[in-house]
Amino acid sequence: MSEAVHPGASPVPVERAAAREASGETRTQRDTDLPDAELDRRLARTWGRPAGLVGWLSSVDHKEVGWRYFVTAMVFLALAGSAAMAMRAQLARPDAGLIGPDLYNQIFTMHGTTMMFLFAVPVMQAFGVYLVPLMVGARCIAFPRLAAFSFWVYLFGGLMLWIAFLLNAAPDVGWFAYTPLSGPQFSPGKRSDIWAQMITFTEVSSLAVAVSVIVTVFKHRAPGMTLDRIPLAVWAMLVTSFVVIFAMPAVMLASTMLILDRLVSTQFFNHEAGGDQLLWQHLFWFFGHPEVYIIFLPATGFVSSIVVAFAQRPAFGYLPLVLALVATAFLSFGLWVHHMFATGLPQLGASFFTASSMLIAVPSGIQIFCWIATLWGRRPAMATPMLFVMGFLVIFVMGGMTGVMVASVPLDLQVHDTYFVVAHFHYVLIGGAVFPLLGAFYFWYPKFTGRMMSERLGRWNFWLAFVGFNLTFFVMHVLGLMGMPRRVYTYPSDSGWGPLNMVSSIGSVMLAASFGLFFVNALWSLRRGVRAPSNPWNAGTLEWALPSPPPAYNFARIPIVTHHEPLWKERESLPVAHGLAVDEREILVSTLVEARPDLREVVPGSSIWPLISAIALSIAFVASIFSPYAALWGGALVGAALLGWFWPKSSHEDEE
Amino acid sequence: MARPAPGERRRPAVRRSAPILGVLLAIPVLLTACQDKPAALDPHSPEAERVASLIWTFTGLLGLIWLAVAVVSVVAVYRRHEGPRDPLVLAPAGETRRTAVVGVLVAATLLVVLGLTGLSYAAQARLFSAPEEGLVIKITGHQWWWDVQYEGDSPSRVVRTANEIHVPVGRPVLLKLEASDVIHSAWVPSLMGKIDLIPGRQNVKRLVVAKEGTYEGRCAEFCGLQHAHMGMLFVAQAPEAFDRWLVAQRAPAAAPDAPDRRSGHDAFLAKPCVMCHAVRGTPAQGQLGPDLTHLASRRTLGAGTLPMTRGALAAWVSDPHGVKPGVAMPPTPLTGPELDSMVAYLESLL
Amino acid sequence: MKTRLAVDLSGLPPFGFDNRSPIWWGTLGFVAIEGMGFVLAVGLTLYLKHVNPHWPMDAAPPDLLPGTLLTGVLLASLWFNRSADKAARDGDLSGTRLWLVVMTVVGLATIGLRLWEFNALNVRWDQNAYGSCQWLLLGLHATHLITDVGDTAVLTALMFTKHGRGKRYSDVSDNAFYWSFVVAAWIPIYGLVYWVPRW
Repeated sequence: MSEAVHPGASPVPVERAAAREASGETRTQRDTDLPDAELDRRLARTWGRPAGLVGWLSSVDHKEVGWRYFVTAMVFLALAGSAAMAMRAQLARPDAGLIGPDLYNQIFTMHGTTMMFLFAVPVMQAFGVYLVPLMVGARCIAFPRLAAFSFWVYLFGGLMLWIAFLLNAAPDVGWFAYTPLSGPQFSPGKRSDIWAQMITFTEVSSLAVAVSVIVTVFKHRAPGMTLDRIPLAVWAMLVTSFVVIFAMPAVMLASTMLILDRLVSTQFFNHEAGGDQLLWQHLFWFFGHPEVYIIFLPATGFVSSIVVAFAQRPAFGYLPLVLALVATAFLSFGLWVHHMFATGLPQLGASFFTASSMLIAVPSGIQIFCWIATLWGRRPAMATPMLFVMGFLVIFVMGGMTGVMVASVPLDLQVHDTYFVVAHFHYVLIGGAVFPLLGAFYFWYPKFTGRMMSERLGRWNFWLAFVGFNLTFFVMHVLGLMGMPRRVYTYPSDSGWGPLNMVSSIGSVMLAASFGLFFVNALWSLRRGVRAPSNPWNAGTLEWALPSPPPAYNFARIPIVTHHEPLWKERESLPVAHGLAVDEREILVSTLVEARPDLREVVPGSSIWPLISAIALSIAFVASIFSPYAALWGGALVGAALLGWFWPKSSHEDEE
Repeated sequence: MARPAPGERRRPAVRRSAPILGVLLAIPVLLTACQDKPAALDPHSPEAERVASLIWTFTGLLGLIWLAVAVVSVVAVYRRHEGPRDPLVLAPAGETRRTAVVGVLVAATLLVVLGLTGLSYAAQARLFSAPEEGLVIKITGHQWWWDVQYEGDSPSRVVRTANEIHVPVGRPVLLKLEASDVIHSAWVPSLMGKIDLIPGRQNVKRLVVAKEGTYEGRCAEFCGLQHAHMGMLFVAQAPEAFDRWLVAQRAPAAAPDAPDRRSGHDAFLAKPCVMCHAVRGTPAQGQLGPDLTHLASRRTLGAGTLPMTRGALAAWVSDPHGVKPGVAMPPTPLTGPELDSMVAYLESLL
Repeated sequence: MKTRLAVDLSGLPPFGFDNRSPIWWGTLGFVAIEGMGFVLAVGLTLYLKHVNPHWPMDAAPPDLLPGTLLTGVLLASLWFNRSADKAARDGDLSGTRLWLVVMTVVGLATIGLRLWEFNALNVRWDQNAYGSCQWLLLGLHATHLITDVGDTAVLTALMFTKHGRGKRYSDVSDNAFYWSFVVAAWIPIYGLVYWVPRW
């Protein structure tokens, strides 16, 4: 079914291809008989993007998009981290006058908002966008233009928030923006509107990426990758994407209602006109609690990948690990009320949420035990990724323990909204997500860049982070029990909170230094790192079969999966499928459960329209803060941009 | 640097770091030990006592579990290598053993979780089964102070004060909590956990204080610019002392009995102070700000921002925003003598 | 890594319908997201109704005519929608064109009816929480009407150009699927907006 090779032949003219298709002929050059070098050359031309600035802006390559996501998220991490350092400087001593209340409230709001919406979720999605297609043996992510669009929307939303901060218009009502404090009466000005629109930006972006990831896993898996051969990290991203889909609409709806209350005087949260203050809290935490798992579940995927590679054996308890992910996802929707125990809800209802919140310890326990059982007696090499996994186990488990404590109604009423809770969720989020994330970065950096990160700097990075983290946050447990509430810009000297706050601030300097080292290491290794082989850790999943960094088309021929650690099973050579086109972006669509080859589908290539659409959407979002009519003309603008996006530019191009 | 082959010797540096790690982890613990006993673990009410013992139980049990997991994790990675090197060849016996151990551990987790849920529920049930009757105190949260009213059988017998709540020891108290603007949350670590004050709703909190004393409380729900300066003071007194206090608070303000106090009184009534503040027994009947009838009997000023001293009063009256930026009270333009006499008057409001 | 050829994919078809097509799954993903939005909007309306003993508070219930008329039109449109879907699956170009034109016209009519509905709600969005809910429910659904009618119009135009072939038929089918969701989502909202205030 293939044509002869004509080296140097120009691509088949469009009209001829169309005519051939109409007559039922094979219209395209297929890969079957091409020698490897020629195949790579042709595929690189088909899957590459135009050079120059416009080409760069037009890229829909999931690896470029994922990398951009990653870099942007790390910049936001640095910004939000700087905000945290400013707070630690102010709180180091009692009655300090470094930062006034107005600025402090903006800073802690920016810290929380940026960390949750602009760093933690996007950085996990960055890994999803970059790695999921590689791990399932696909040439690209499903709906590549949508993924590119998502990135731009995320970037513009983040820029809007931080530009507002520079203009002294940053939100100052906390990342949770409780009404009525965030409502029209108590937050005049544009600060809360900026917050609400930032939510809209980032949720549009996250939701779109979630759909892309789900469809990639469902329909673009390599032949033979049945459900029980999907890598655990991919399962984690898949389950996370489902949580995104069902959790994020709640906060989008809530923030839309908030902005409507503020801009056109609807009465959703005005108790004097029949609205309800607690409605906001219900909607926010219905999203807010699953949000924690949106951040944590991908990290469990990183841990699984690192543990399996370093233990040099398949995961112990593959099925329980997958089921634990699913169970956590389900339970995460039944916990939100434990953020509201102090609101005076009926006691019976509250105790139900105690039970469900504590129950989530069971799937988490299953995961921890399975990882330890995988590592047991395998003498993993203690390289940096593994160190971060060990740090994760120690810190996250402590966060889990304090999580059990705050699930208890009487106990929570004592520690709620104190530094105890600040300690708890930093143990969970930094220990449970950021440590695995840094480990994952050391682990996959060679795949991303073709170079290894410095192991010496990596060890310094880890130990500084580990010690600095515990110094910063352990003492906060005690501060909370001593009575220190959250979100205070200062405290009196006779409170006795001074010494521990000083310890915490000193620890935070170490923690910040560890991130400094991380950035130095990542940048230095980009040029100077040791060149990485394709599979430096002797891991078993498909991404390690590719050169480092992978070419634009990922797999020259789609691999066939015979085991859930295919590279360990197929030591000599990897079986591959052939017969896909080389002169257009043809990919394989497979069936949902068994991943049998089903369709050859042409996917859209580079395009500037996702960027233009994102700009149009951003104009509409930002303008609607200032005029409700912007929703109308902005909508028309977005519609026009989308028309440009979807209208085919040539006859063999398909829409997304 | 590529990963060393599985059998290669590890860098000894990593092993040496383990004890260092232990020492570093101990630092915060030791520092903690030097501090006073944390308020939440220094209970002075039956409720806080129960919660404190619950905290200790949870901390002890969960701390042990945490330690076990951490130790086992470290042991797991430093045990000598067992079984073949081929990643796909696993010893069946080892897998069976793993399955059994993990199964037992998961079952144990479930048991611990159920046990703790039960403990928590038992404590919760007792916590909320306090008596329904008692001295009723209505607390209204404002940005950023607490309005306090002791119910009386007629309007003239209602006692209104602010930020300082006196309660009789041993007698049940019923707090009725509301908010006028945004959500606040009342918290007195040594006496009671948090209860929110929500606009448009009323929450009720029952409380019995066991020991005499002065207990610091504060707003725990972020409520805007001066959330940090929204303290309250619980003063628990012997019942007789409390009754005396209540009678004294019910009385109107004493008439000024010295020339400077009299001119301070006149200045107070002439200035915009009366738009917001009430001093019972005078024409000042403003309701927006704290009742000042017995201002000088209170221990603090500005919801715990300053101690009640002459200097603090002068600073507060002349420039409240210098003390508590963003506070609703505007600065009052006063000449030096006016300020002196007004402070003298306010100091006399015992 | 060395590879060996094992499976030939060149015989696979270039597009498929329903759950064979990635776009169908993508559409389903967005249906799930928006469906969740509808569920939450319905839930919060019932919550506020529970908080307020009198519903529709101090307003009159909405006039029944426009909403009921719209419901009728939407239900009838399901038949045209199915015809468009069927024509696309049969690769019947003229049939697809015909039913897409019909669907575009019907869609525009529903948007017109929706504007009438807003006028007949008998409450402003800023009058009370009830009014806010009514406007939110209708508005949320209106964005779906507008989006899908826009999508249908573009597809209709495409089918009259040289692009009207191949995978485009699968797109028509996915668009029909989405319209069924828009209609299905309307039924509970219709009950909530028009009948619950009369209860």
